[in-house]
Amino acid sequence: MTLLRIALKSARFRRTSLLLTIFSLAISVTLLLGVDMTRKEAKSSFLNTVSQTDLIVGARSGPTNLLLYSVFRIGNATNNVTWETYETIAAMEEIAWTVPISLGDSHRGFRVMGTTSDYFEHYRFGDKQPLTFDGGEQFVDVFETVLGAEVAKTLGYELGDEVVISHGLASAEFADHDDKPFTVVGVLDRTGTPVDRTVHVSLAGIEAIHLDWQDGARSALTIDADQVRKFDLTPTAITAFMVGLESRATTFRVQREINDFAAEPMSAISPGATLADFWRSISAIEQVLFVISAFVLAAGLLGMLTTILSTLNERRREIAVLRSIGARATHVVLLILLETLLVVVAGCVAGVAMLYALFAIARPVVSRRFGVDLGFSWLDPTQLTIMAAVILAAVLVGLIPGFVAYRRSIQDGLGVQV
Amino acid sequence: MTTPDQPVVDLDGVRFRWPGQTSDTVAVDKLQIHASEHLFVRGASGSGKTTLLNLLAGIHTPTAGTIELLGTDLATLSSSRRDQFRADHLGVVFQQFNLLPYLTTLQNVALACAFSRRKTERATASAEVTATVHRLLSALNLAPELHSAPVAELSVGQQQRVAVARALIGSPEILIADEPTSALDADNRDRFLDLLFAEVEAHGCTLIFVSHDAALASRFGRSIELSEAPSVRPTAP
Repeated sequence: MTLLRIALKSARFRRTSLLLTIFSLAISVTLLLGVDMTRKEAKSSFLNTVSQTDLIVGARSGPTNLLLYSVFRIGNATNNVTWETYETIAAMEEIAWTVPISLGDSHRGFRVMGTTSDYFEHYRFGDKQPLTFDGGEQFVDVFETVLGAEVAKTLGYELGDEVVISHGLASAEFADHDDKPFTVVGVLDRTGTPVDRTVHVSLAGIEAIHLDWQDGARSALTIDADQVRKFDLTPTAITAFMVGLESRATTFRVQREINDFAAEPMSAISPGATLADFWRSISAIEQVLFVISAFVLAAGLLGMLTTILSTLNERRREIAVLRSIGARATHVVLLILLETLLVVVAGCVAGVAMLYALFAIARPVVSRRFGVDLGFSWLDPTQLTIMAAVILAAVLVGLIPGFVAYRRSIQDGLGVQV
Repeated sequence: MTTPDQPVVDLDGVRFRWPGQTSDTVAVDKLQIHASEHLFVRGASGSGKTTLLNLLAGIHTPTAGTIELLGTDLATLSSSRRDQFRADHLGVVFQQFNLLPYLTTLQNVALACAFSRRKTERATASAEVTATVHRLLSALNLAPELHSAPVAELSVGQQQRVAVARALIGSPEILIADEPTSALDADNRDRFLDLLFAEVEAHGCTLIFVSHDAALASRFGRSIELSEAPSVRPTAP
């Protein structure tokens, strides 16, 4: 107890160099835990993006590409699926429901997705959670839109506001479908998935705004918003569609059947399996990050070693005084170890504090840029183990100055010349 | 432990040689110091004074010969028992920098009790430790307002007196002072010695006072010369 009090007071007396050491250890701890935490949060958010959907079907392409553009709105489809093919497949008896999606347009940086009311009925995320409305309701009319939570919040839209959709993904002035604005009729609750950053309209709406467009440009013949309603707005093609099966047991059979579809080259993927595969493929990066953080930790521990070794010189008098009043050489070692422990525990506490502060700052940015929601969670057993390992490593490193101090206190005894 | 006529300190044929050295750093054939004696040990620098202190304090063990303190042969004790023996029965005052800079005057003095139950018991025989410390500090002419001050605010003379208070708390049998006056001017030195003798006598303590300054010898009952060391101890790493 006395020794702890001495260690605390002595450390406070030399706080400047020790605070710097604590700070550098805190950075290592933040990095180590941050990498682990980001990985887990990103993974759970990622894997929770789509649930209850058995298959995602699109034109023939790699599974990852299909997954990225259909679910994460990243990248583009290589080709479209014709409406006839969609209707043929949707009519298969094993299939319970389908949700067609049509991508390609955008609104001020957010992707526009054409779909049907089935989307609101069947789409599930996280733990089988359905989409719910923060305000308003589904679109019914051709020129109505439902916004994801992030879209409404970022752009400040409210129910009744008008939204002009841009052709393609770059928002260039001349390519706006400004003759046919959409009215906001619904805003969805936050989901922590790419849905939050999506502008939803009906397939008919997508068809309507492109009626007087050809090959990506306005045609000479313009058709205004009212006239459009007189046309048949059934799309000729869609980008992809989600499939729910009557029975999960038929997944592989249906998947094979679609992949072998004769009339058109198609790909059907199981979103869960593809997400897991994709995650595995990027986990190498995460391992590299972990190794880098481990090296940063090693540097932090070496810094601590240097600091404590260098303070031993200025502490020779202190140690001789303690020895003169009866402190044993082992007390001296303990004193150094206590200081090491003090520094590393303070470093861990500061590191965890920095970690949570950083997460609080990074959360909205990551959510906006990547559609991945970093949730808040307490340290899990792995992270606590990492921290325990850091403390143990520090104490082991602390044995070095401890041993030096031990040797010296035996050698010097009471006679340190100053 | 001791009978009245038994020496408090008894050195017999003591030799100390650092590993790798060809000659002895300390060579004391016979030295007996009796209870309440005030011994002046004169030795030039390099005469093995510090090594002798470390031997008496039980930090080093002699290469040859025996050192008995209060009838206990130090060589029979383990190193941690020797540390405990020092904590219980010895007080030490250095030339300078005796105090821990991060503790107050009072905490510095009381710290001596932290390592010794015996000293704590003896210091608390009549009052609490704090009261005993206050009394001791006042007896050494340290004004009450200095008792709770950080030691950095004290003059060198005051610091040396605080060191004496720490060495004497719990009334150890032996007080070893290593050049305690060398950082003081003549006036301060004389006043310091007056207070030191008064308190050492009040505590019935045996004093071993080591100095290079032969002029001080006249104030001591007995004085010895440490023979010129044939070798110099290696500088510590």
